[in-house]
Amino acid sequence: MNVAMARNLARRAARIVPLALMLLCAATATARAEDLTVSAAASLTNAFGEIGKAYEVAHPGSHVVFNFAASDVLLKQIEQGAPADVFASADEATMDRAAAAAHVDASTRRDFAANTLVLIVPTTGATPARLADLKAESYKHIAIGNPDSVPAGRYARQALSEVGLWDGVQSKLVQAQNVRQALDYVARGEAEAGFVYATDAATQKANVTVALTVPTSTQVRYPIAALKSSPHAAQARAFIDFVLSSSAQATLRQYGFSSTKP
Amino acid sequence: MNAAVVAPLLLSLQVAASATLLALVAGIACARALGRRQGWLRDIAESLLTLPLVLPPTVLGYYLLVLLGKQGAIGTWLHERLGIELIFTWQAAVIAAAVAAFPLILRAASAAFADVDVQLEQAARSLGESETRVFLRVSLPLAWRGVLAGALLAFARAMGEFGATLMVAGSLPGRTQTLSIAIYNAVMAGNDDDARTMVMVSLIASVGILVIAARVLGRRQVR
Repeated sequence: MNVAMARNLARRAARIVPLALMLLCAATATARAEDLTVSAAASLTNAFGEIGKAYEVAHPGSHVVFNFAASDVLLKQIEQGAPADVFASADEATMDRAAAAAHVDASTRRDFAANTLVLIVPTTGATPARLADLKAESYKHIAIGNPDSVPAGRYARQALSEVGLWDGVQSKLVQAQNVRQALDYVARGEAEAGFVYATDAATQKANVTVALTVPTSTQVRYPIAALKSSPHAAQARAFIDFVLSSSAQATLRQYGFSSTKP
Repeated sequence: MNAAVVAPLLLSLQVAASATLLALVAGIACARALGRRQGWLRDIAESLLTLPLVLPPTVLGYYLLVLLGKQGAIGTWLHERLGIELIFTWQAAVIAAAVAAFPLILRAASAAFADVDVQLEQAARSLGESETRVFLRVSLPLAWRGVLAGALLAFARAMGEFGATLMVAGSLPGRTQTLSIAIYNAVMAGNDDDARTMVMVSLIASVGILVIAARVLGRRQVR
């Protein structure tokens, strides 16, 4: 290839590349317009994945995109203007904050599922009979969602504080970014115990054992609501209705969630 | 400045410095092993060794967790033979940062060694110096500036390591919570004041290091 040919090619590329980029942007923009973005708590990952598919079947042409993370992280993203349409949190406190800041449409808010906090251990490890056993030396690392940003961590902190154990075990705590990371640390045997929801433990039955159910003074309840900033208000409501429908509720129960006490 | 900011900063400096030293030794050794070889094999080896720079840090973290974890090949060996548990320790953060920063030193050292005049090395050999002495007294001193430039970039990369570190070292306050992880936690928990302070601290530390680097390297150039 001589110099003239190379220059010619470069000139042609210079014309084509911006055009291709523009087309790419246009394509992603149109794809986004039809998407319904649901920001949901990490513990809902499996159940919502299935409910989302069922929703798409029931509403042809719709496309649900999920954003799973710790509830506080999701709220933080929403506060910063993340383009979400529906918010499903793992505790009432986070949803209360979203409502107080007028991020969600309060009229659409519903509790759709309940869960229980459990203490898990690796299947190969020792099983504590009560929470106080965690003080033993054999429990070197205890995985817990970061109480500053993960609801499961807050519930665990509350439960440990109530029995006067919080200060005693603090140096052993490995703070995870969300409840699924805490689950993963126990499943891999890196932490000797951990606090997760019963539904999380059920997804890793081969690797973790539920040692005991941890009583929480407030029931673990999941609220869902549409975001005020959503340009797809009707679809957001349709999705919430679908989550409350008997078929989606059956799916949630299948994954170990219980129905909310009135 | 409060302890919530100082502890992560000191830990980050400690981790980044140790990681840079580790990566420096490994990087120089690998660059030396690659030497002046040419051809496909060299390209493949160099590309494989550069992978940590190209892979997403979370992928790196996953591999390290699988290798160094209690069920991992290296982790099991360390645990059974030496009684060492790496996961959730600051040493694990050092390994994560060192692996992530290693390619920067390798690339810089490789290029620097290639630039050393072959005739000078030959002259040393003809005077009866051993290969080790040729390397230590001729090649390394001549290539040192390039290697140092790579080491400074590596230090900066190690200071900023987040994804892989979080996966293998966790986020244990005061023990494995580095500056980047502490910033992430502060933002996610809504402690914007702490986050702002730490961001400023990290900015000043990083700019400081780069300025010192420019001065050190520049001075040598003039001379």
